Amino acid sequence: MIVTTLKGKAWILGDDIDTDVILPGKYLVLTEPDDLAKHALEGLIPDFYKKISPGGIIVAGKNFGCGSSREHAPLALKYAGVGAVIARSFSRIFFRNAINIGLPVVIAKDANSQISQGEEVLIDLERGTVRKSDGKVLIAENYPSFLLDILKDGGLLQNLKKRFGEGKL
Amino acid sequence: MAMTISEKILARASGKKTVEPGEYVVGKIDLAMIHDLTGPLMLKVLKEVGYDKPWDREKAVIIFDHQVPANTAVTAQLHKELREYAERHQLINFHDVGRQGVCHQLLAEKYVKPGMLVVGADSHTCTLGALGAFATGIGSTEMASVFLTGELWFRVPETIRCMLNGEFGIGVSAKDAILKIIGTLGVDGALYCAVEFVGQGVEKMSIDGRLTLCNMAIEMGGKTGIINPDKKTLAFAGGAAGAFVSDEDAEYSKTFEFELGRLSPQVAMPHSVDNVKPIEEVGDVEIDQVFIGSCTNGRLEDLESAAAIIKGKKVKAGTRLIVIPASQQIYLEAERRGYLRDFIQAGGVVCNPNCGPCLGGHMGILADGEACASTSNRNFIGRMGSTKAKVYLVSPETAAATAIEGKLTDPRALLRRR
Repeated sequence: MIVTTLKGKAWILGDDIDTDVILPGKYLVLTEPDDLAKHALEGLIPDFYKKISPGGIIVAGKNFGCGSSREHAPLALKYAGVGAVIARSFSRIFFRNAINIGLPVVIAKDANSQISQGEEVLIDLERGTVRKSDGKVLIAENYPSFLLDILKDGGLLQNLKKRFGEGKL
Repeated sequence: MAMTISEKILARASGKKTVEPGEYVVGKIDLAMIHDLTGPLMLKVLKEVGYDKPWDREKAVIIFDHQVPANTAVTAQLHKELREYAERHQLINFHDVGRQGVCHQLLAEKYVKPGMLVVGADSHTCTLGALGAFATGIGSTEMASVFLTGELWFRVPETIRCMLNGEFGIGVSAKDAILKIIGTLGVDGALYCAVEFVGQGVEKMSIDGRLTLCNMAIEMGGKTGIINPDKKTLAFAGGAAGAFVSDEDAEYSKTFEFELGRLSPQVAMPHSVDNVKPIEEVGDVEIDQVFIGSCTNGRLEDLESAAAIIKGKKVKAGTRLIVIPASQQIYLEAERRGYLRDFIQAGGVVCNPNCGPCLGGHMGILADGEACASTSNRNFIGRMGSTKAKVYLVSPETAAATAIEGKLTDPRALLRRR
């Protein structure tokens, strides 16, 4: 179970951040999240996992996570310490994968032009809002309720455990 | 209510008469595929769930294609885990070393029929829309859910229609068409949408060409590429005539038109797939490595076009040519027809069917500062190895001409000289 309000320092990125820079293909043989985390965003920001403050919030432009279906990409970000990703838009598969592994993703149109690097922001997933440090509130797209439920469970795995776990069959 | 082919398939799979874009449905899956890189992550999830029996052993497909045969001990371990899983659950659709090949090509050759709802744990699953199926890529955790339940939620997508008119000139092919389309729509131009390819240009296109077209729908954010099945589709894949085709008055969110007859060979310049230029405008670009293969362009027709240009010539000194047929079936046929001999005699290397260097796994990784002309589908920073390498995406014809000249070359120049 995760909380639906998240606070963290913004890390600003641009448009079309693809899965090969989020997690290069040569690391797809890794399956341990902590190993993946060491290579998060390596194509763009080497040692990102050492630089981001725990719970940091990536604020990006359009089409974040475009490219591959590799779930290794959101896993690497989550275990590197990223608390959530806000973007103008997401690639479809990345968006689904992030929710499924319990990494909150928020669609907010003007976030990366209005939020500055290092600024503290507060996300309210249930209300669909992003509050800036100056109190200004940006409106985010609302989740369908069943997706919010998966996020509240902490990801699809927990949801599957409830349905198929020990003694359920 | 008039519907597109995508809407009809999603309606059928979710037990509804009609569906509309924006609606959420739960669809029963007809085919689910994992490969050697996304499969192990799915197994890890199933292990944590504590239950791992697939919902239907005939609908689950496991294909080794990314790093085959295993290139490191770590890969070997992943292969071993999948092999044991397939054995334990007696999965008949398991493609181990010897039956391996690029997953989307094997799905096309052996499994997919028009009207199916197909999911694959690989983003290029949209390739299979070329056969009139609704096919899309998903992640490993979601695939674990599909393996357990046989179902998945979908948001019914809006459909963008791309109308292709006319016919290709000599030396121009489906890859040039899809690069031109992506260059026009942009890398997020079809975000969350189905992209339906229609028109005379599509009707005249071979199944191999159609697979190339749909393969790259994901590169503009598409949920799937899709083509209404016709006689060619049914002859290739089987299935019932007219089962699922778009109604004439179906609604499209946008329509784009392209004239194939006027199209030049296209090049996607580093480092974005929509950074597309006609070959006439790329200038002098020296190339260290040429790669012909992948789920985009490793098919028989691609090898045929490339071999026709390369036969009897030599790869330029200082340039490396790597050719990888997409499946064992293609490999055998290309061998029988002498294409492999043409590549080898020209000074190229022919590797066994698999994904090869496309995603930087093995068999032709790029060093700092190197440039590669590749028939694959992504030219992102670091995609094929070094983050300081450059990848230019081209057709098999352009790749072949480039291998001979050692720099990006218009294949029409070589073809006209004959």
